[in-house]
Amino acid sequence: MESVGSIIIYVIVALAMVVFSVLAVTTRKILRAATYLLFTLFAAAAIYFMLDYEFLGAVQIAVYAGGIVVLFVFSILLTSKPGDNSEKLTSKSRLLGLVASVAMLGVAGWALLARCANFTARPEMQSPDMNEIGRTMMGTGVGQYLLPFEAVSVLLLACIIGGVVIARKR
Amino acid sequence: MEITAIYYLIPSLIMFCCGVYGFITRKNMIAMLISLELMLNAVDVNFVVFNRFLFPGQMEGMFFTLFAIAIAAAETALAIAIIINIFRATKNVDVRGLNEMKF
Repeated sequence: MESVGSIIIYVIVALAMVVFSVLAVTTRKILRAATYLLFTLFAAAAIYFMLDYEFLGAVQIAVYAGGIVVLFVFSILLTSKPGDNSEKLTSKSRLLGLVASVAMLGVAGWALLARCANFTARPEMQSPDMNEIGRTMMGTGVGQYLLPFEAVSVLLLACIIGGVVIARKR
Repeated sequence: MEITAIYYLIPSLIMFCCGVYGFITRKNMIAMLISLELMLNAVDVNFVVFNRFLFPGQMEGMFFTLFAIAIAAAETALAIAIIINIFRATKNVDVRGLNEMKF
């Protein structure tokens, strides 16, 4: 049994997630779409906090909301005028998108409701502390993640070099 | 009322479907990228929810989400570099106007 406060917070976060993600793909001003994306990412971070993954929520806010959205805003301001509306959707493409997304919503939602509806309530868990997270990320044993960590660092290096090479002036 | 896993999975499913809709209907490349981020983020939420409800105390889903966030950041930075380069060459970011590979 959850307390009333956590139910209220859950309802607010879930509503924010749904409403802002719908707005992010339906608004015609691209800068507003980026702002709604920011709110959706904040809602996801709030869900991580609610599920006791504080480190992950902090990473989500720092990397997604702090990094990627700023990148989006800068590139939007570089490539389009702020007041521009995107052109109106043709009914054909809107129909296509609606059919695809509603079909997916139906199939995946039916599967979820059929399979996952009988999950039990949240089991008790200590939220993982920093020591444990650091050891898991930097260890080389079973279930530890040094190799993916190094692979991601090489990927980020390649991304930096690629970004510089692609975006520099010729 | 118990808040079980399904209560978290349904909003993230709706978020993913919004991403699919936006990816199909949008013409602006940056808007398509925003839809892509929505989809990636929905998948991240799913990883965390399944980890929390099915395997509490383990951290596989959490670490998968961490690495997915890092890879999504790299992908977005590179995609935006490409988009800005395309904008510099052709003065638009509309996918329908980009049907030639000439530079």
